[in-house]
Amino acid sequence: MSAALGAKVVPLAPQTATAPAHARLRGVTRVFDLPKSTLHALGPVDLDLAKGEFFSVVGPSGCGKSTLLDILAGLSAPQSGTAEFEGKPIQGVPDGVGVVFQEDASFPWLNVRDNVAFGLRRAGMDPAEINRRVDYAVGFMGLKDFAASYPAQLSGGMRQRVCIARTLVMQPRLILLDEPFGALDQQTRLLMGDELLRLWRETSATILLITHALDEAAMLSDRVGVMSTRPGTFIDFVETGWERDRDSRVVSTPHFGDITARLWEKLRIEALKIMSAGKG
Amino acid sequence: MSEKLLRVIVVVAMILLVELLCRIGVIPRMVMIAPSDMVVELGKILASGQFSADIRITFTNIAISTVLSVLLGFVAGVIIYSLPSLRDAIEPLLASYYAVPTFVFYPIFITLFGVGSASIIAIAVLLAVVSMVTATLNGLDRIPRVLRKTGQIYRMSRVKTALLIELPAATPYLFTGVKLSVAYSFIGVIASEFILSGAGVGYAIAYAYNLFENGHMYALMLLVLIVVTVVNTFLNVIDRRLQARRQR
Repeated sequence: MSAALGAKVVPLAPQTATAPAHARLRGVTRVFDLPKSTLHALGPVDLDLAKGEFFSVVGPSGCGKSTLLDILAGLSAPQSGTAEFEGKPIQGVPDGVGVVFQEDASFPWLNVRDNVAFGLRRAGMDPAEINRRVDYAVGFMGLKDFAASYPAQLSGGMRQRVCIARTLVMQPRLILLDEPFGALDQQTRLLMGDELLRLWRETSATILLITHALDEAAMLSDRVGVMSTRPGTFIDFVETGWERDRDSRVVSTPHFGDITARLWEKLRIEALKIMSAGKG
Repeated sequence: MSEKLLRVIVVVAMILLVELLCRIGVIPRMVMIAPSDMVVELGKILASGQFSADIRITFTNIAISTVLSVLLGFVAGVIIYSLPSLRDAIEPLLASYYAVPTFVFYPIFITLFGVGSASIIAIAVLLAVVSMVTATLNGLDRIPRVLRKTGQIYRMSRVKTALLIELPAATPYLFTGVKLSVAYSFIGVIASEFILSGAGVGYAIAYAYNLFENGHMYALMLLVLIVVTVVNTFLNVIDRRLQARRQR
């Protein structure tokens, strides 16, 4: 087996990142006001993301995963607790944070190139630098031949590449991905996972990935956080032990099965809670 | 055979049939002149300039009515969209609006604006504006939430998000409102000229009808048909381009 596939067998015990925190949540809760009641969606949650770490969050539907991402992105403020990025409290969308959403967020009225350049133009960047960055991102995401195409002319996977390229050009230090491959077929997801790992290695950004797919989390991440049913809290942290230079071929290793089994062991209990609540 | 070709064949066949029925006297000349004669008559009246003032007045009124309907409808749509309780209250009224025969209000407009272009434009706007309001509401409703979130991620102001994301995202739906506004403006202006005007193409058609001047009447009707067809073809080309980009 190549070094790329070599996974260290590590104890699958709850762990937290040991490096200095790039992003940090402490006692974060989020409660939504409904017309006749309130909904405690999240927390209290504690989380440290190490700089350059690839961290994934898995959990049952409606457990507050996307709410957690919104708080880190500055799109939503916590009711209580603190959220920090690079040592500063998160108030609004912080500089250096990029988000890729599950839904297609490409702008249908702009071609691929203009979509990718959108954020840079809003930031008032020098046109030569915009061109340089867009050329790189479009090439990196394999969109060179589609630069003049409009999103309606592209497949779902290609449109998601456009959205990733649009995030990539901003050179974010923290990339938040909210089930970005949720709408794609299994093969495309695996390949997009490889692209994502390549992007992570080249940019050295910290990545937080929200996903429903245990295999995706197990394959891509350095560490996976398992969340409970609503109100979501972390009930386990699983270190994968993969080397940084890895790709989707790790799915064929026994260690991948161990990680997935460990994740499912925890998640199954939470999923059963939801099912029995539904039956009740 | 393509749909387009079949459509052309059907239209040409209908025209040829009418031409034949007119030429052999099945349709008397007092009822209708042959289509080829309509073309000749149209050429004559355009060359003579006999109806140039009427044509200018009508199409100016249509243009003013369209612009006013689009602007007022868009602004009203945005206001209604931003006030959900107002929207809940008036949406049923908007839905049943076209059940009201707008032309019954013409005495009110004559009292307010007098006989002339202002009354005609008011009726046409009244007829057209609600289609633009409805299209604006529909367009704003259909902007994907994720696009607004993307604007937040780029830390864009509310105004920039509206101009650079929401407006382009809603454009295909807004354009449907523009198309309907143009159609209703044509109907509103020309129909109003029949009943409350002393000038304009509608008035000239009614005048020719009353004097049995079939040549003038059909020539002017043909002119309206040609202009409506050209304008609609142009709008449909733009619409198809916008809709093609919307498909995802």
